[in-house]
Amino acid sequence: MIARLIEGVPRRALILLGVLLLGLIMAPLVASDYLLTVLILILYFAYTGQAWNIMMGFAGQLSLGHALYVGLGAYTAATLYVHFGIGPWIGLLVAVPVAALAGAFVGFLAFRFRVAGVYFAILTIAVAEFARVGFDHLNWTSGSSGLFLPVAQYTHNDLWNLRGHPAMFYYILLAATVLAFIGCRALLKSRIGYFWLAIREDEEAARSAGIDTFHYKMAAVVISAAMTSFAGVIYAFFYNNLFPEQVFHIVRSIEIILGPIVGGIGTLFGPILGAFVLTGLAETLTAALAAAGVDLPGTKQVFYGICLLLVIMALPDGIWPWLCKRIGLAEREK
Amino acid sequence: MKRKLSSKTARVTRRTFTTGLGAAGFVAGTAPFNIVRAQGAALKVGVLLPRSGYQAGIGQDCQRGVDITAGILKDLGLPSLQIINADTETNVEVARARAEKLIGEGAQLLVGAFDSGQSSAIAQVAEQKGIPYVINIAAAPPITEQGYKFVFRNFPTAGMILRDAFVDQLEVFTATGGAPKTAVFMHVNDTFGTAMKGGIGAVMPKFDMPYKIVETIAYDPAARDLSVEISKAKATGADALLMVSRLNDAILLTRELVKQRWTPMAILSMGPGWYEDQYLKTLGKLSDGPLSFVPWYDPNKKLSKQLEAELAKAHPGVNLNTNHVYTFEALLIAADAYKRAGSTDPKALADAVRTTNIKDNVSIGPGIQFDAKGQNDKILGGAIQNRGGKLITVAPKEAANGKPAWPLQPYDKRS
Amino acid sequence: MPADIYLNVAIGGVLTGLVYGLMALGLSVIFGVVRVVNFAHGEMMTIAMYIAVTLFGAFHLDPLLMLVPIAAVLFAFGYVLQAGLINAFITRPEHTQFLLLVALAIIIVNVQLILFGPDAQNVQTSYSYDSFQIGALIVDATKAYAGAAAIVVAAALFTFFKYTRVGTAIRACADNYTGALVVGLDVRHLYALTFGLGAACVGAAGVMLVLIVDVTPSLGPAYTLLAFVIVITGGLGSMPGALLGGVLIGLTEAMAGLLFTPSAKSMFAFAILVLVLLFRPQGIMGKRAA
Repeated sequence: MIARLIEGVPRRALILLGVLLLGLIMAPLVASDYLLTVLILILYFAYTGQAWNIMMGFAGQLSLGHALYVGLGAYTAATLYVHFGIGPWIGLLVAVPVAALAGAFVGFLAFRFRVAGVYFAILTIAVAEFARVGFDHLNWTSGSSGLFLPVAQYTHNDLWNLRGHPAMFYYILLAATVLAFIGCRALLKSRIGYFWLAIREDEEAARSAGIDTFHYKMAAVVISAAMTSFAGVIYAFFYNNLFPEQVFHIVRSIEIILGPIVGGIGTLFGPILGAFVLTGLAETLTAALAAAGVDLPGTKQVFYGICLLLVIMALPDGIWPWLCKRIGLAEREK
Repeated sequence: MKRKLSSKTARVTRRTFTTGLGAAGFVAGTAPFNIVRAQGAALKVGVLLPRSGYQAGIGQDCQRGVDITAGILKDLGLPSLQIINADTETNVEVARARAEKLIGEGAQLLVGAFDSGQSSAIAQVAEQKGIPYVINIAAAPPITEQGYKFVFRNFPTAGMILRDAFVDQLEVFTATGGAPKTAVFMHVNDTFGTAMKGGIGAVMPKFDMPYKIVETIAYDPAARDLSVEISKAKATGADALLMVSRLNDAILLTRELVKQRWTPMAILSMGPGWYEDQYLKTLGKLSDGPLSFVPWYDPNKKLSKQLEAELAKAHPGVNLNTNHVYTFEALLIAADAYKRAGSTDPKALADAVRTTNIKDNVSIGPGIQFDAKGQNDKILGGAIQNRGGKLITVAPKEAANGKPAWPLQPYDKRS
Repeated sequence: MPADIYLNVAIGGVLTGLVYGLMALGLSVIFGVVRVVNFAHGEMMTIAMYIAVTLFGAFHLDPLLMLVPIAAVLFAFGYVLQAGLINAFITRPEHTQFLLLVALAIIIVNVQLILFGPDAQNVQTSYSYDSFQIGALIVDATKAYAGAAAIVVAAALFTFFKYTRVGTAIRACADNYTGALVVGLDVRHLYALTFGLGAACVGAAGVMLVLIVDVTPSLGPAYTLLAFVIVITGGLGSMPGALLGGVLIGLTEAMAGLLFTPSAKSMFAFAILVLVLLFRPQGIMGKRAA
């Protein structure tokens, strides 16, 4: 099975990937706590970006409301923990189906009624906003005053309750990102992956070739939603407080998709590269502006926006496809 | 890569200072403006505030409190602080990352961050690292209920704010001889607003208030049009308007009150907005009258007068308000603790903060001290009233410097 | 609740809705013709609002008088933006357009933060607090003027598109891109013109809105979303549809706020959007089937 997964991938790519993985595993041992926090953020966006990429890059559906699934995952697990003392891993068993259901709902609405393209994107925004305002009024989850998880201790790592040192969260997210990466590769190389490719390229043709497009598009949405909700659970237990205004906000959805778009939609490594580039860019800009003594709030965001603009103008397909070709890592079968 | 900004004097405003730095090609690692005092090196204090993003206005207002601190600390004979500023960008994730960065850069104490969510994130980092963290403003009760040993809050919780609001309201009613029989409660549907609404159910019955709340109207914090909400409130026929809002809503609501020709007997606000400079400036004569029951400074205290003077020098035309006062006090606590601890060891600092006992402070109440949970439970809220673009403290008696006016002057009779 | 409350709220909702409609009109024109997903729509409006505020602050020029000049400035801005930057992205996939405009929006919002600061700014004209009283009805004066101006501008735009050569040419581009090319229309120029017109529209809406609402740098995004909701509800490519959609959303939000809890009123707008997307995707007055 492994052979099938790495079929067609040049050796150099595998070696580089291995080196990167090794580096990431060793990172917490040498990184400062600040750097560790930044890496956690990067992995969080790499993972959620990868999950979003399934819907967009593989099945061609632009979702601008992915914060919905993060929020549902976060609130489900957090509520179970706060109200019933149920640990996050059990909570995950409830959170994932909840998010998957939400994804199925969105997918059903969209695909059964032939909502596509920009309209689909707006639909996803509408559902996420609906959830945001809805949770603002949900007293059981403390509404807009925020759900606070009791924060116990940091001295020892309680993996079961997800209480502990940030390094623990780092490794969980790293494992998740690696699994997502491998999983997506497996999906792409399987039948479902090829059907997705066909749907993305030309849905009409795919349908006329006998592919049940509704079925496979729904699969993409549900898998994507389910994967994303895991990140939500981790988010809840890492930050320990949830506010609907922040968790479901459209800005969160936009943050999730920036990485894959900049990195390269539809590619496997794109979301990961994108997460590194964008988070790295943001932190570097902040540090550079601080070192230059510039104290004007908003300056960093202006430079950030300009960088985004330049990237999308120069490399509209994303950085990874371009980089790939430049350092000769493209898959041989292409 | 480190940026150190020492607030030397109140004369040098933040902007002129940083352009000067930029021009001088400031190099990381040097701190040319450090004032070395008898105690040793200045204490490195990281100040986290939302200076961009949608809370930018408040964050930048709190910053003014930071800017005027240095001169006063010097006068009080307290050690100086080396302030490192950070922008949380109104974002929990950024707040956490910045806190980590500041500690990595050697911050020995943290101050911030106005918002409850961001403050919670920073509190976790501070507790983990064992660095004392003094919260300037954040009202959500859970923050000091976590059993933290390094987190301190010199600001009342929503419950305390409510309790004092009712106490001061009763005092105002007695002093003016007027009291509403019915009130409509309007609140913004955000963290603070809903916390206050939840609190009212628990706190109000403990006081014998002369009015009952006939209707509760919650509105969206991002609302740009509050005409419907005011129509609803007016339709209830209530005597008074009980409010928890933010600055922009306060302005919008007042305009609607004028346009829909309704002047309630009183506007009793238990939150920000109705006393802020922007409100006073924008509405002019229409801003007179609302009573705000908020954590405030005691204008009769010596340090308050000093703070007012420093602010007038640095930012003329800006009224001293909660943001400045509590941010200043957080830094005061830091300097005072440093002096008593005599070292920058975080545990010693935290212990020193815990045993803080500052009687000569600025905010209303007997002074600054912390209970076992790290909460200053002695803070008292005040009542202020807008009058001619200035704010008069009308309650409690010990802190008052004026008498309340009652009822609200009709809006259409103000020229 | 007395009956006149309902009427007052309804009228207020309709008037505000007209201004929303004008803002959405700009998006309908841009999206309907150029087919660019303008996620910086609300931010373009705030540019106009800040210009109005600055002019009023410096020279005491009433925004309604400055409507045409400011709209012209926004027109130029839109034209240059389209011709210079966005044109290359028309044929690109939506997510790429999206990122381009999001980046633009981030830049605009934060430049405004740097230039104007975070505090809300507004325009206080002599009639800012006026209201007309007709019996039990109290109508906000500024809303009435804004609503009337919105109708005038919309009518002007409608006339332009229906009766002028350029307007017809633009409609041709929208209906059939290839056909337009074949017939020899300078599509690139027409697209830029259309974007400029859409920008002028949203600029005009902004100038009117600044009489009712205070502008902050972070005001843009909420209005972008609102514009999309209205355009889709009213119908893409239909100008009366955009106005109608605006009025419908304005009215619904107002009545929902009155009858239910105001903090949840945006849920109703989204519910309407979802219903429209599902059951009548071309919108209430849309001509083309989705």
